[in-house]
Amino acid sequence: MELGLAILIGIFFTVSIYLMLSKQLVRMLLGVAILGNAVNLSIFTNGRLTREVPPVIPADLYLPAEMTANPLPQALVLTAIVISFSFFAFLLVLAFRAYQELGTDDVNEMRVAEPENDPLPPQGY
Amino acid sequence: MRTVIFRTVAPYLSALMVLFSIFVLLRGHNEPGGGFIGGLIAASALAIFGIACGVASVRRAIVVHPMSIAGFGLFIAALSGLPSLFKKQTFMTSQWLEFKFFDVDVALSTPLVFDIGVYLVVVGAIGSIALALEERESD
Amino acid sequence: MAGSYPSPEVDFSAAWNLTPVSAGDWLVVAPTVITMIGGAVCLMARKNTNAQPKLGLIFLTLLVLANGGLLLRVLDKGVITMVMGSWLPPFGIAFTVDTLGATMSLIASVVALCAGMYGASSVGSTGRRYGFYPFLLLLMTGVCGAFLTGDIFNLYVWFEVLLISSYGLLVLGNDRPQLDGAVKYGILNLIGTNLFLIGTGLLYGILGTLNMADIAMKISQLDAPAHGTLATVAALYLLAFAMKAAAFPVNFWLPASYHTPNVVVSAVFAGLLTKVGVYALLRIFVMIMPASREYMADLIAVVAIATMIVGALGAIAQSEVRRALGYLVIAGIGSMLAGLAIGTPLAISGAIFYAVHSIIVMTALYMVAGVMQQMGGSYDLRKLGGLYAASPAFAAIFLILAFAVSGLPPFSGFWPKVMLVESAIVTGRTWVAVAILVGGFLTTIAMGRIWIYAFWRGGPEGTADGTAVALPATSKLLTPAAVWVPICILTALVIYFGIQPEGMFTLSAYGSIGNVDPSGYLNSVFGGAQ
Repeated sequence: MELGLAILIGIFFTVSIYLMLSKQLVRMLLGVAILGNAVNLSIFTNGRLTREVPPVIPADLYLPAEMTANPLPQALVLTAIVISFSFFAFLLVLAFRAYQELGTDDVNEMRVAEPENDPLPPQGY
Repeated sequence: MRTVIFRTVAPYLSALMVLFSIFVLLRGHNEPGGGFIGGLIAASALAIFGIACGVASVRRAIVVHPMSIAGFGLFIAALSGLPSLFKKQTFMTSQWLEFKFFDVDVALSTPLVFDIGVYLVVVGAIGSIALALEERESD
Repeated sequence: MAGSYPSPEVDFSAAWNLTPVSAGDWLVVAPTVITMIGGAVCLMARKNTNAQPKLGLIFLTLLVLANGGLLLRVLDKGVITMVMGSWLPPFGIAFTVDTLGATMSLIASVVALCAGMYGASSVGSTGRRYGFYPFLLLLMTGVCGAFLTGDIFNLYVWFEVLLISSYGLLVLGNDRPQLDGAVKYGILNLIGTNLFLIGTGLLYGILGTLNMADIAMKISQLDAPAHGTLATVAALYLLAFAMKAAAFPVNFWLPASYHTPNVVVSAVFAGLLTKVGVYALLRIFVMIMPASREYMADLIAVVAIATMIVGALGAIAQSEVRRALGYLVIAGIGSMLAGLAIGTPLAISGAIFYAVHSIIVMTALYMVAGVMQQMGGSYDLRKLGGLYAASPAFAAIFLILAFAVSGLPPFSGFWPKVMLVESAIVTGRTWVAVAILVGGFLTTIAMGRIWIYAFWRGGPEGTADGTAVALPATSKLLTPAAVWVPICILTALVIYFGIQPEGMFTLSAYGSIGNVDPSGYLNSVFGGAQ
């Protein structure tokens, strides 16, 4: 089971790195989103996979009645999902605004902050 | 997107979703559910209402700006950690208030306040992003 | 039913800390709570642009007081730990504050207060409505949280808090260059935090814990504490935090974005954000993974030297003041990394002192750049000139800061460089010492260029020698007090640390020794609570 997930995580990383190497902003964003999922899966797998029941304690007990799955990786993944989701939403809006203002989604052409043909600095005093 | 069918259904659908989101929020203490997922459901209710009836009517319906809702959520979430100061316990230790209300056991707690805060933060933040995107589209 | 504790059949003392906590220990969480509540209040009052600076300054002052109290308490009682929700460590999220964290947090909050004052005049009502003060306060939540937390996943969360607030500050106003810079800043920093998260996931897989003290203890008990999967984790952490700190091969996002926003935002970023990355490097490689640090010391030294030289050369090549300052931020990071590479207690305290110095001086320099633009009408060295004639006092402040950032006596940059150079020579890494001195020399040239072009010569490019051109009358002068008070506070600190360095020597030595030998840290987490 771990092996299968490890291979899947590898595929996720490959896809995300391939997408992030692209010049189009939207593809890069998709790459970042998939990178987030790869990381989440890897945390989940690092917490060891078991066939135990979900870690929910029944209402009439104070301790779980039997062995449950490790809840910590689930909490970590949930936190990471929340964070990467909100970042993705924000970056999507940002990329859309940048596309509207700059008229391009090709990162090579986004040179407003660092103009390409900047004149040389003053050479003498 | 603004067909007659969608525009007729959307208000009822949004109302139902907001109701359901509150149910999910309150259920969250002992069973799957909680503030984040409830907030997402409520934010999508706002988004659907915005698609059907326009962003302006959503803004009118929720009265205050979504970011102020998020600010209020953050405020009560941060405050919910403070009561334990007075019981000489560490930050965010949960405090409970249990009483009977017409023969029904009611348990109010600081985690509930925290969860409501999370709910409001998510509604405000995701709602304002969704509304901003929809606003641009219709321009 | 729900939560009716304590119940007779469950022994809570196995998982819960049932001893009362004194109210003074609440200072540990006070910085994050104050800024969070302050950010929320300012967010709710966003429309009221007149009240924003007042509210913001009240909460920032409270933050400085809380951090000052916290540092005094840490110096008095040693490392303080508080675990959220009364759980016993390593369960629950621990805030563990030692001298290093408390010092950094205090200096960061002082700088934020100065930025809040400066912003009261330089951020207009549009910027306030977009949320300058809420984002500044929430940024401080992230920064202080990162300095004070004792849990490595929690560190990730604080990094994300400060990152999302920095996005908000960066796009304040929505100019075209801002959007351009924000896209690059946003995507590269998000990739950096994801690398951090991968490393944390792997570390959890190996050790089964996230509490920093617990990790440090478990790593020291391993057979080969620098090899196997841990080497991967260490490499990932190095890359992730080097990206955050803008060290050489991964520094490109900084000069691409730091000059785009409002100058006070640049000042805060230049002061604080990269230093949080440096702090994380110090904490992780000195306290948690000392064996991995030794294993990678030469690599870190090469990165440090390249960062110093590239930063200083980049600053010389720029003719835009803010972009030149962006490169100087990078050059400073190189010096701190050199301290990490050398790794003796003296070198680590040199790096800590340098971080404190760099926070203050870089913020002050960006604020000064804002005033230069107000007086001379441009950030471009080709169009600046004659500022010395316009205001000799202002020129003196610039010169003090230029000396400090170049590491010349008698200002704050001198002492950490002495410590770094001395420890480099003592440990036989003379080449690191030479690089630090060469980096300082190049920085002096870069600052000298700005001094000559903007201050010393008579007017903009093309002015004949010996003539002076009157500056254009500035139509929209900044409110004087709101600008001069923060600049003077920061410059006074620079001078104070230069001529009275003993206090900082003590603080940075405590911070360094507490990390090289973390027994006090471990005792605070595991001993005090049981």
